[in-house]
Amino acid sequence: MSTFWNRAGLAAFGLAALAAVLVLPQLVEAFTLMELTVYVVMSILALSLGFIWGFGGILCFGQAAFFGLGAYTYAVAVMNLGDSTGAVLLAVLIPAVFAAVLGYFMFWGRISDVYLGVITLTVSLILFNLVNSTAGDAYRIGSAPLGGFNGIPSIPTLNVPGQPELVLDPLQMFQLCVVTLALVYYGLRWLLASRFGRVVVAIRENERRVELLGYDARKYKLGAFVVGGAVAGLAGCLFANWGAFVSPTIFGLAQSAQIIIWVIVGGVGTLIGPIVGCFLIQWLTSSLGAFGGLNANLVLGVVLVAFVLLVPRGLVPTGRALLARRRAPTVRVDRLPETKAA
Amino acid sequence: MSAKENFHLVQTRGLGIDFGGVKAVQGVDFTLADGELRCVIGPNGAGKSTFFKLLTGQYRPTHGDVAIRGRSIVGMQTHEIARLGVGIKTQVPSVFNGLSVRENVWLSARRDRPPRLANEACDDVLERLELTGVRDRLVGELSHGQRQWVELGLVIATDPALVLLDEPAAGMSDEEVERTAELIRRINQRSALIVVEHDMPFIKMIAKTVTVFNRGQVLMEDTVDRVLADERVRDVYLGKQLHAELARQAA
Repeated sequence: MSTFWNRAGLAAFGLAALAAVLVLPQLVEAFTLMELTVYVVMSILALSLGFIWGFGGILCFGQAAFFGLGAYTYAVAVMNLGDSTGAVLLAVLIPAVFAAVLGYFMFWGRISDVYLGVITLTVSLILFNLVNSTAGDAYRIGSAPLGGFNGIPSIPTLNVPGQPELVLDPLQMFQLCVVTLALVYYGLRWLLASRFGRVVVAIRENERRVELLGYDARKYKLGAFVVGGAVAGLAGCLFANWGAFVSPTIFGLAQSAQIIIWVIVGGVGTLIGPIVGCFLIQWLTSSLGAFGGLNANLVLGVVLVAFVLLVPRGLVPTGRALLARRRAPTVRVDRLPETKAA
Repeated sequence: MSAKENFHLVQTRGLGIDFGGVKAVQGVDFTLADGELRCVIGPNGAGKSTFFKLLTGQYRPTHGDVAIRGRSIVGMQTHEIARLGVGIKTQVPSVFNGLSVRENVWLSARRDRPPRLANEACDDVLERLELTGVRDRLVGELSHGQRQWVELGLVIATDPALVLLDEPAAGMSDEEVERTAELIRRINQRSALIVVEHDMPFIKMIAKTVTVFNRGQVLMEDTVDRVLADERVRDVYLGKQLHAELARQAA
């Protein structure tokens, strides 16, 4: 894509975020805003997978592990610290460190793609079982009981840094989530434009070549994986704040599968795609829930199969291709004539 | 003169690798001086590409040693060897198909340079390879010949001391072959080269010394004229081509 459309896209995203922060609260009621908040939070989670899968080529089936770790870390930390500031930092840091350790063994062990998916999924299911079996007063970290399958209720939500008595209201929470999403989006765009990001994309294209050029592919993959873990942890932290509640289902299979469906529907290999896919699927699931009668999981399954068969590249890349064809109707980029090939 | 210049650029001693009993390369003693241009020929399966993979760390030798400027590279990672100044163009173009021509070369140019110098070096390489006109095209859309140039660009943009080229003229038109030969001579002004090739006219264009591989071993090593005149070389290599040619004509 040309630089012009790149810039136009960046500006459009910024304007949309700004409009969401300033205008949207005037137009919709509080309940809708609450629901939109969780869409935005999940979009951050979708971005984390969109980044490592779409650009790093690392299909992580267990992105929910970092999401859940972020949520639990925040809950435990804020209950012990009393102030949310340090808790937020820990909720980013601990999933990142966990991703670093897990990634070290996978990438230095040269685990191939399929096994990487299996391992990450297994890790998140192990966490699910681990946290699920911590019911009872014996299991507590400091003053925070882990609560097992009951989860942790009444988590103190975000406050103004250093002033625990000044808690954010739902509107401020919504605005904070939108700003965070925008910052994560721009941060990842910036990262992808750097040498680090370009090497990461090159690894997706041809790992062997990257190594023959003198870059240590393992380090770059680990770096991308850690960034993905940190972003997912941040999303988990916001999620724990949204409902002031966290339970082990956050580590479950359904959660992991959902993230992948968001990215597939929106489009692998773009950053805007996962956000679009996430909003769309969540809206669909919640409408189905309100409508009743139809099983949401069944519909999700149908949607996934339909997309894999009919729109395999996802909404955003397909839309872009259609636009490009309209702008330049005679040039088919995918079928240029070969000149003097063997 | 620094101490490292007392060593050969490349030296292998008794180099060998077994694949489950098959000795793909065995007992190879090979030396290459700084700035040298060496051609390696041999029939299919003679171990030429395997030899390249041993030099770049893609395979670990089961016997013997490989040293770059006197430093053993056995057990080193591929990227570490690349940073010693070894660049390779593989037989099937190994490039980043989903990235533009410029992004491909830039990744290589940027390895050891700050951004501004990397941009300059990148543009310079594109100019030298006459790729400026297609710099914004995706590499996957280019012809086979052009993808070969892009890979060459990737290789030379790091200014390697040693460039390995695995069949650079394969699948190219006569005109492209001539351009490749000219390019190799120009690369040779800065780097030493080892070129694996089948195309005899092409070898005559560029080679001074030729090493002949057969069944994983070095059959002989001499000037291009003596190698081509050698009875054994004709038998194992040229003979086959000749037979094939005769068979084609008969058919």
